[in-house]
Amino acid sequence: MPLEAAIRDRIQQLVDGTPVLLFMKGTRSQPQCGFSAQVVGALESHGAEYQTLDVLADPELREGIKAFSEWPTVPQLYIQGEFIGGCDIITEMDASGELRHALERAGS
Amino acid sequence: MSERSERIARVLREGLSASYVEVEDESHLHAGHAGAKSGGGHFRAVIVSERFEGLSRVAAQRVVFGVLGELMTSEIHAFAMSTFTPSSWSERGAG
Repeated sequence: MPLEAAIRDRIQQLVDGTPVLLFMKGTRSQPQCGFSAQVVGALESHGAEYQTLDVLADPELREGIKAFSEWPTVPQLYIQGEFIGGCDIITEMDASGELRHALERAGS
Repeated sequence: MSERSERIARVLREGLSASYVEVEDESHLHAGHAGAKSGGGHFRAVIVSERFEGLSRVAAQRVVFGVLGELMTSEIHAFAMSTFTPSSWSERGAG
């Protein structure tokens, strides 16, 4: 499904304007999915400063972010405008120390 | 393996010329969870393929999602995966 320009622009502004941004299901205090909860846990364990967006509360964003990232699942983490990955990749990067480095580089 | 996970494993083996594929059906762990109502299952996979050579993790997983195609919106609700090249797999000592 092609992504409407207006939605693409909206998401581009979001990822560019937020150093660490997690698209997730639910909120950081009440994740609605185990994978989203796992990524929140990883970010919290580093004391990271990050923003979250609840795709369940925003159907346009829920479909839009999948097309934007060319990635069919949520959660999705962006750091400094770059797509980092979903739950598996964040978990691997957390274990290897790469996540901490990426967060430090973003000043978070 | 469930029938569904076998089918997914076959798609991955053929689509990626994978030397090793393991797909675990974890749907039973998520019964009753909101996403499970759609009928899509939860799966966890280990995939070893030369196609991942030189790819970032994001790129490797995109290749897998591409091969899974519309299964991602029908049969599959959640798909956790670890991707390996034949060399990274043997370094891991699991080959």
